[in-house]
Order: sequence, then C-alpha cells, then structure tokens
Amino acid sequence: MRRSNRIPHLSRAAVLASASAIALAVLLTLLLAGPAHASFWAPQHGGSPNADRIHTLYSIIMVIAVIIFVAVEGALFYALWKFRMRPGAKAEQLHGNTRLEIGWTAGAAAIVLVIGIVTFIMLPGIRNPDDSDADGWQIPASYQTAKDPGLLPPNGKSLNIDVNGQQYAWRFVYPDGDNDRQNNVTAYEEMVVPTGTTVTLDVRSSDVAHSWWIPKLGGKADALPGYTNHTWFKIPRGKEGVYTGNCAELCGRNHANMTARVRAITPEQFTQWLARQKAAIEAAGRGAQQYRAQQAQNDQRSQQGDASQPSGEPVPSPSTVPNDATSPAAQR
Amino acid sequence: MAVSTASTLTQTPIPQVVAHEVPRPTRNWVDWLTTTDHKKIGIMYLVLTFAFFGVGGVEALLIRLQLAVPDNTLLDFKTYNQLITMHGTTMVFLFVVPVMAGFGNYFVPLMIGARDMAFPKLNALSFWMLAAGGAVFYASIFFNPPECGWTCYVPLSSKDYLPNGGVDAWIFLVHLTGIGSLVGSVNFYVTIANMRAPGMTWSRLPLFCWTILTYSVLLILALPAIAAAVTLLLTDRHFGTNFYDPAEGGSPLLWQHLFWFFGHPEVYIMVLPGFGIISEVLPIFARKPIFGYKAIAASTLTIAFLGLMVWAHHMFTTPSPSVVLVFFMVSSMLISIPTGIKIFSWIGTLWRGTIVFRTPLLFAVGFLGTFLIGGITGVFLAIYPVDWQLHDTYFVVAHFHYVLMGGAVFAVFSGLYYWFPKMTGRMMDEKLGKISFWTMLIGFHTTFLVQHSIGLDGMPRRIPEYADVGHLGLYNLISTIGAFILGVGILVTAINALRSLKHGPVAGPDPWKANTLEWFTQSPPPKNNFDAVPRVRSVEPMKDIRAEIERRTNEPDPVSA
Ligand code: HEM
Ligand SMILES: [Cu+2]
Ligand SMILES: [Cu+2]
Repeated sequence: MRRSNRIPHLSRAAVLASASAIALAVLLTLLLAGPAHASFWAPQHGGSPNADRIHTLYSIIMVIAVIIFVAVEGALFYALWKFRMRPGAKAEQLHGNTRLEIGWTAGAAAIVLVIGIVTFIMLPGIRNPDDSDADGWQIPASYQTAKDPGLLPPNGKSLNIDVNGQQYAWRFVYPDGDNDRQNNVTAYEEMVVPTGTTVTLDVRSSDVAHSWWIPKLGGKADALPGYTNHTWFKIPRGKEGVYTGNCAELCGRNHANMTARVRAITPEQFTQWLARQKAAIEAAGRGAQQYRAQQAQNDQRSQQGDASQPSGEPVPSPSTVPNDATSPAAQR
Repeated sequence: MAVSTASTLTQTPIPQVVAHEVPRPTRNWVDWLTTTDHKKIGIMYLVLTFAFFGVGGVEALLIRLQLAVPDNTLLDFKTYNQLITMHGTTMVFLFVVPVMAGFGNYFVPLMIGARDMAFPKLNALSFWMLAAGGAVFYASIFFNPPECGWTCYVPLSSKDYLPNGGVDAWIFLVHLTGIGSLVGSVNFYVTIANMRAPGMTWSRLPLFCWTILTYSVLLILALPAIAAAVTLLLTDRHFGTNFYDPAEGGSPLLWQHLFWFFGHPEVYIMVLPGFGIISEVLPIFARKPIFGYKAIAASTLTIAFLGLMVWAHHMFTTPSPSVVLVFFMVSSMLISIPTGIKIFSWIGTLWRGTIVFRTPLLFAVGFLGTFLIGGITGVFLAIYPVDWQLHDTYFVVAHFHYVLMGGAVFAVFSGLYYWFPKMTGRMMDEKLGKISFWTMLIGFHTTFLVQHSIGLDGMPRRIPEYADVGHLGLYNLISTIGAFILGVGILVTAINALRSLKHGPVAGPDPWKANTLEWFTQSPPPKNNFDAVPRVRSVEPMKDIRAEIERRTNEPDPVSA
C-alpha cells in the first residue's frame, strides 16, 4: 500500500522523455526520408501553373502552421516542465481570465482571416485556366465547343479533351472541329498533349466513380457517372516528358492499377502526332469500307455458286490498322 | 491506512488509498444478460467495444503488412478491399462511437448524482442493438464482406457492382447500431436534463456530461440522414428503385451528401466525448480548476453547431458549384476557432498548476500534443484548392488517424486509466501504464507522421499495391514498423487492465482526490450508486465536500458565527 502512495519522482524524467521521444520519432523520419525528397514537405508540382500555385498556397499555410505548432507545443511543454509537481509547490486556484480568453479567440480568428484572404487571392489562378503561350500549339477555331465560358481560358481557346473513366482505364477523346463524335482521335491510358498549350478536361465516368489525378499537373477531379467535371493544365515549353498518376477514388478491385499517363510533346510533334492519328483513323475507315465491299462481293459470288474460289488481295481488317493508341488495360 | 488531512492537499501524493474490501463482480451470466443497471451495461459496452478495437487493430496490422513493401502479394485485391472496409467500419461504428457511450453509461448518472439512467430498459436495448449490429456485420466474413470502403460510395456499392450480401450486412450494421445510438442518445439527453442532483445547475454540470449531451444531440440530428441513405441503397439493391442511378434520373451525389451529412458530425461525435474526458483529467492532475469552464462548454456547442454545416468538405473534388465549395471551405475553417479556444484553455489549466505525472495525465497530454497536429492538417484540407491535391491520399489517412487514433483513442485510454479504479475498485499498474504510453506515442508518430509525406508524394489511399517511385517504399516501411510498435503499446495496456482486475492495489473511493460526484461513493459503486446525494454548490462538489470535512475535523468545537 505504502508504495502506491509515493509519488514517483519521474516528473522531470517524464517531461524529458516526452520531448526526446517525439523529437526522436520526428528526427528519425526526417533523417531517413526528409531532406532527400522535396515532396516530403509539400504536394508535387512543376508541370502546370495551377499545380505550382497550389504548391505556393500550401507552402504559405505551412509556414503559418509551423509557427502555430511550435508556439502551442512549446507552451504545452513549457507548462509541463515548469509546473511539474515539486514539494511545497501550490497550484494557483484560478478559474479563468476573461481578457485572456477573448484575446486568444480574437487571435485565432485573425489567423483564420489571414489564411482566408490568402486563399481567396490565390483561388482564381488555380481554378481558371490561363491562355496558351504564343508559341504553343495553335488551336483551330473550329475546335471550340459550346461550354461555360468560365471554364475556358480568357481568350476562349483550349485543347478540350474528353476524359472518360471506366473500370479500369481512362479513355481520351480529342476534339476535331465537327460535332459528330464518330471519328475523333481517341487514346487509352496515355494522353498526348502539346506543351505551352492550355488543355481543359471534361471528366466523366461510364460506370463507377473514379478520380482523375496527375499530381504534378494540379488537383484531382472526380469522374462521377451522370456528371461532367472540369480541370485544366498547361505544361510549359521545355518540360516535355511523361507525367503519371493514379485513379484516386476507390473504384473496385483493380483501383490500384488504374493509372494515367500524360505525355507532353512539342507543338510541332503534336501536329504530326495528330496527323498520324487522323490518317490512321481514315485508313481504318477506308479499310472498313473495302472490307465491307469485299464481303458484299463475296456474298454475291457465293450466291452465284463460286464460293470455292477466294479472290482478290487480302484486305486488312479494321483491327489490324496500325494505331498509336494502346489498348485498354481492362482487356488485359 | 491513514487518510491524510486536506491541509497538505497539494503536497499529498496521489492516489490517496483507503483500504477496504473490493466487492467481487457477480459471475452469474443471467444477471449480466438481463441487467438494466447502467454500470453493468457500461461495463458490457466497454468490454465489447474494446474487443472490436482489438479486431480492428489486427485488420489494421494486416493492411500495414501488405503495404510494407512495394508490389507486395501477401493479400489479394479482394481481401485487401474487404479489410479496409472492415477496419474502417469496425473502428467507427463498433469502437470509437460506442466506447464513448460505454463511458457515458457508466459515469453520467454517477457524475450528476443520479441512481440510474432515465430509461434503464431502453439502455439495455441500446447495448443489445450494438451487439446485434456487430454480429450481423461480422457474420459476413463467412460469405463476402463488403469491398467498398467504410463510405460505401455508390455506384460501386450498388447491386450491379457488388451483388453479394456484404453490402447488405453493412447496411444492417448501420441500421442496428444507428437505432441503438439513437435510443441511447435520447436516454442520455433525458437523464442529463432531468436527473441532476439538487443544486447541479447547467453551469455546474461536469464537462464530460456536457460533451455527452452534445454527442447525443449530434447523433439525434445526424443519424436520420444515414438511415435514409442506406434505406435508399437497400431499395435500390433489392426493390428496383433508382435513387442513385443517373441513367434512370437518380444521382450518385445524393449518396455522398446524405452520407457526409451524417459522416462529418460523426467525427465530432467521436472526438467530443474525448474532449470531455480530457477536461476532467487535466484539472485533477494539475491540482487546479479547469481554466475557462464556460468557454470550454460553449466551444463544445459551437463545434457541434458548425460541425453540422461542413459535411461537403469531403466532396471538394466532385463536380459542385463554386459557391458550394466556398461556403463549405469557410465554415470548415471557422471550426478551428472554437477548437483553438479549447486547446488554449487546456494549456491554461496546466499553467501554474502542480502537475502530477500519472498515466491518465500522460495520455491526456499525449492527446493534446497529437490532436493539435490533426487539427492543423485539417485546415489544409479545408482549403479546397489545396484539398484538390490532398483528397483521397495518405495525407488524409494521416490526418484522420491523428484525430481519431491520436485524439479519440488517447483520450479513451486516459479515461480508462482514470476511471478504472472507480469501475473495478483497483488501481492499474503505473509502470506498465507508462511503458504503454511511451510505446504507443512513439509507435503512433512513427506510423502516421510519415503518411503525410506518402500522400504528398502522390500515393492515393485504398490501394493494395504501389510502385516504388519517389521514396514510397521507404516511407511505407517506416509506417508499418511504427504500426507494430503501436500495437505492442496497446497490448501492454490490455495486459495491464486484465492483471490489475485481480492484482491491482485497492483504490478506495477517491484515489485521485478528484472533483466530481462519482468519487463520492465506493469503488465500485453499490447498486444504487449513492447512500445519499449531497447538495451541489459548485462545479467541483468533491472539493467542497473535502473542505467541509476538513473544517469539521479542525474545529471540533462548534463555533458560533
Ligand atoms: C491501431 C492503429 C491503426 C492503424 C495501424 C491503422 C491503419 C490504417 C490503414 C493502413 C488504413 C488504410 C488506408 C487506406 O488504404 O486507405 C486505415 C484506414 C482507416 N482507419 Fe485506421 N488504423 C488504426 C487505427 C484506427 C482507429 C483507432 C480508427 C478510429 C476511428 C481508424 C479509422 C480508420 C478509417 C475510418 C479508415 C478508412 C477505411 C476506408 O478507407 O474505408 N483507424 N487505417
Ligand atoms: Cu478508377
Ligand atoms: Cu480507382
């Protein structure tokens, strides 16, 4: 009984241990991982102005947060250290202090106000697309779709790609200036875009909810069946390369493998790429026409009782037409 | 043993031990099954919910094991999705929410000087609804647990994509535990409103009771939304309605709104009683009154009110109008003001105290330091352009574990160490308690601090596999090691509790020299709680009672005034 009555003289040790334990956990993580990698501290960026602006906003808040964190944890540990139980010490029987309480309420409100103001200043630049650069890809006037102008760049010109999520792949449909969606350039998994050019995305889904996200190119946009979501990016000239991301909304068993890729190429290369795709589609169309004609001929012939004789050159079937677009992962 | 005199109060080591016989709990199980005694029901709540905490913890460790290395093949994708669903559902619906009801059941009547809850039979019903909900949900492991995460978003949870019964088991879990909570909430509300001891005005209500009251009101307001949501899902799945099917004029966004209208208040339902526990523990171990009682009570109500208005901040990435995004951003940011007031008041309580470092205090301080981080990362998530980068990544996983594990669970452990002597008549072991605390604290931060970076590095949540890009392999390994350290820490408390039931030092009625009425009666309290209920004259009735005793002992001769 007597033992449990004794106060263990641990108070000093406890405070020391507490500080060092947290410091240890933090230090270990920092040493092992921190400085080596920039994204330890902040979200990824560097591929698009909106991602960069989110990064800036995040960093401003981070600075404020660190100051608050150090101040509050500092006060906490100081109190624990300074006012630990010591023989003879008496606790001050104080119930509150109205002035102090009003003071820190106002302080908290002021911090929230500052963060709010910064956010509202940064917001338009993150949400609204920039114009394409002068040396970006020249978007044909005929590409404009009748959209809410608020979702387009100030000059109304963007490469507007339709992004469709499906278990478990993304399908990209490029505009081609006419309103019939039959022969647009289409790609799966990898979106090819020109640098220096504003790309606006209409994000949809044809089955469950998915979420479009390439971290370096800005925030995510959920793809919900029945809705169209919007986001944008503009990869600067000189930053050609491949940007990758992962579907960010649980969409079923293969959610982890629903990846997305954006390959940025120069506007000149893009013009060529688009032409190649167009040609391939036309070839496929022609092939299909020839194939159907051939079929009709064959049918005619077989009706005439000449079925034993295969005739003419083999005609490529539509599926063997070369095409840059990869096949959907879902078919794997 | 000698009872020390109150004049040496601040220098007297705690606990104050008064030896007496500890009555043994009855072993008659029929007694337990049919009981309507709030204390037995409270104990049953606590035993059941801590058992679920263990189950959910094992599920968490399996998840972390799978994520320890990139491209791991330990679990298949189906099992993994089932595990995250069961872990999340278990922790939210079967652990954190009902464990608060467990403490509430045991201590609210004692703290307000009542002999039982207002409706003892409904109280038993609440508990058995919880047990039934847990049983129905866990029965699904024999066929097919759901694979849609604890949020069960449509269309993934619709019949087209998950035709088997797991989602239905989940729906019934929500319904059964929901009815249980609703009945329990009404019970708490009526008990606190009507059965307070003479003299206990609203402004003398213990802060823990204030938070349980708020918890109840929030549940009463939020539960109908989820009840509606899952009922619509049930009819969609089985009776050919199309509430959530856009092809038939329905809307998947409807689910998200209904779910989060419940789901966000649910977060406060989980942490507010934790705030209450902290507000009880800190003053006792700082030997000081709580700083700013009224501010803390008022900020509890403010948080609850604002908490009802911020649900769509879980939906910043969905196609929503800008004005909606702005409204929910601003209302979410406002919550940091009352939360800040609370944190400052708690630090104010420690200030100029004489702080005694016993295990309940350590967990309370662990809560303070940890919850602060969870609160700060919440501000990042409230700012919707920033959330566009952070949403559904491990940053969010880190954030809500800082709030729920570092906040609610640390508070629950603080409450467990604090109230264990009252519930069992015996103290828990101090040394094991300290070991457990330090292991948990280190394990916790090692697990979850680095997860912020995992998210910033681009790893979405709810994925069983990831490529080793950036430093994901290293970060995840650190996190998994931390999870196992954390697990060991929790285990030490479990062992401590079981051992102390038999071997703990006898506690006596008031080992901590505490302030509230539950310490006025024996430990454990007799069936009717109190022989006589004293008149309450302040927020700290036990202090008045001790002062009174001191006055009488020091002045044996009656003095005329
Ligand atoms: C014991 C230590 C714990 C560990 C190591 C742990 C670990 C994890 C992990 C790895 C995930 C999966 C994240 C993902 O893939 O998306 C997760 C999800 C989750 N955890 Fe915990 N957790 C712990 C305790 C808790 C507690 C106490 C709660 C209290 C409410 C909780 C609530 C959740 C929820 C709601 C989810 C989301 C599940 C979902 O995505 O559907 N966890 N946890
Ligand atoms: Cu997906
Ligand atoms: Cu997905």
